[in-house]
Amino acid sequence: MPLMRYSEALRLAMTEEMERDPTVFVCGEEVGQYQGTFRVTEGLLSRFGPMRVVDTPISEIAIAGLATGAAMAGLRPIAEFMTWSFALSAMDQLVNHAAKITYMSSGRVTCPAVFRGPAGTGNQLSAQHSQSLESWYAHTPGFKVVLPFTPADAKGLLKTAIRDNSPVIFMEHAGLYAQRGEVPDDPDFTVPFGRAEIRREGTDVTLVAYSLMVGKCLKAAEKLEASGVSCEVVDLRTLVPLDMETIIASVARTHRVVVVQEEWLNVGFAAEVAARLADEAFDELDAPIRRVGGADVPMPYARELEQAAIPGEDAIIAAVRSIVD
Amino acid sequence: MNAANANGLQSSVPGEADLIALYRTMLLIRRFEERCNALFLQGRIPSTLHLYIGQEAVATGVCSALRADDWVVGTHRPHGHALAKGVSPRVIMAELMAKVTGCCRGKGGSMHVGDVRKGVFPAVAIVGAGLPIAAGAALSARMRGTDQVAVAFHGEGAANEGDWHEALNMAAIWKLPVLFVCENNLYGASTHFSKAFAIPRVSDRACAYGMPGETVDGNDVVAVHDAALRAVERARSGAGPTLLECLTYRQCGHSRSDACDYRPDEEEALWKERDPLKVAAARIRALVPPVPFDPSGIEADVAAEIDDAIAFAEESPAPAPEDLERHVYWEGD
Repeated sequence: MPLMRYSEALRLAMTEEMERDPTVFVCGEEVGQYQGTFRVTEGLLSRFGPMRVVDTPISEIAIAGLATGAAMAGLRPIAEFMTWSFALSAMDQLVNHAAKITYMSSGRVTCPAVFRGPAGTGNQLSAQHSQSLESWYAHTPGFKVVLPFTPADAKGLLKTAIRDNSPVIFMEHAGLYAQRGEVPDDPDFTVPFGRAEIRREGTDVTLVAYSLMVGKCLKAAEKLEASGVSCEVVDLRTLVPLDMETIIASVARTHRVVVVQEEWLNVGFAAEVAARLADEAFDELDAPIRRVGGADVPMPYARELEQAAIPGEDAIIAAVRSIVD
Repeated sequence: MNAANANGLQSSVPGEADLIALYRTMLLIRRFEERCNALFLQGRIPSTLHLYIGQEAVATGVCSALRADDWVVGTHRPHGHALAKGVSPRVIMAELMAKVTGCCRGKGGSMHVGDVRKGVFPAVAIVGAGLPIAAGAALSARMRGTDQVAVAFHGEGAANEGDWHEALNMAAIWKLPVLFVCENNLYGASTHFSKAFAIPRVSDRACAYGMPGETVDGNDVVAVHDAALRAVERARSGAGPTLLECLTYRQCGHSRSDACDYRPDEEEALWKERDPLKVAAARIRALVPPVPFDPSGIEADVAAEIDDAIAFAEESPAPAPEDLERHVYWEGD
């Protein structure tokens, strides 16, 4: 299997799907001539031409609306937001139109669009460019919400997203673009939605996470292993649909769970997982469900403050210790 | 009254049959809306209604310039758009009465009526949001190599939304086959045009985006039709979008909770004198050579069609409880 970067895996997914299906096209700011702010769309313009790799003006509302309208009319747009922070301008188009058209029309019109781009915190980009907002979309019925961690998942999940007939919120992590991993080059390789992956097996505590936080959980698990605590790490991969079955099966083995998210802790996705565990697997639990998340503050600029705001290995380790010691 | 007829009688006046067909469509919309209002007051239609009474010439004139496979994106005031594009009164009425036979199977309601088989997307009830969506449909026509055209109806209030500006700009730079039809009915809810615009015409903004803008008498179905036809031909030929402003007047409140007490009586009277049905009837009576015109036959015909729609809707079942969680996601064709 070839080794490639997360960003290259995303590009391969788009390339394969554009080869396979002439209704697939890419649009967004800087996606063509500049080849993507994070180089995710590198080479697509020269390969597929300006009709299918569409450079747009800086107009997030119209990018989202254009993709929605084109999808309603039968195409499969992949709309890139330069970052998910900028998609805030387009929330009405996303939430009120893309997400709802299938339901409002009882399935007579649908919106097979993928909205993708980098999300997440870090790099001292401060309050308006450094944030995780996946719960906003997971909260909205109609979206599927996907956050890949590995390069292989980046490829396989994006291909599934493009083929899906419902709108997909596809959040890449800027901090993962350069990560390398083995990626199947089989054009039929896809990763289904709604199936979590166990990244590390363990017996004492289940760590539930997604996107960049999976890596932090794996590192925390290594350190905890050295001190005799065995952690299982579950990578959700998709928040909607959510694979509670895999989470519950893991908790049934470990009886302790920490749910980790990068986004603000208050009303975040970890609270949803915790609530469902309390509802569906209460008898399996030998300890309170712990959550780890970002500090409930706009992201500060100073490195010292930023690092305190983003959940790290230490916070994960502390949460685990609080329920095993 | 700011209702100058930009085209005048010397434009391509349609023949008798065309004029009578346009008149019939407008009358269908008028009577449909009047019946909806009565049904609402009787509690047989729930929610609220945004009635199209007074604006019939706009939807009728524009849709008469379209092909069956062209697209329309309506607004929160969409019954007229849907009827003019050929959506059956039955499925609209059934939708308003929240029945499973409705065009959205009872999940959309008044503000989302549409039927894609007739080229009418479920209406977009957020002000201005339909313009980028129509531009997207237009882009899809170009990508698929068809010569379909998309129309985004919107009120003048939409022209102060960001969606409007972004969509006009994008459509203009790519010369998309789209027609932006601004129904300037003088009031955004209760706010008069003069309080929301520092310019005399919405169409003045077209030049800022590099597209033609035209203002026509939106109560004259022939003027609307002629201007729409030019814009549609322009779009279909690849020359790009047009902003068409139709000056018209909402003869009722914004929604059913609006008593409409913020408008001067003289203004309302003036516009009723320029009622689109009266204007169209005058057009027919001015035909040379004169033709006999007795609208009573059309009235009876339209009444029967609406009676049939109401009977169909009332006899239809409500959605089943198990429909609640269906179609949140695509479930197959």
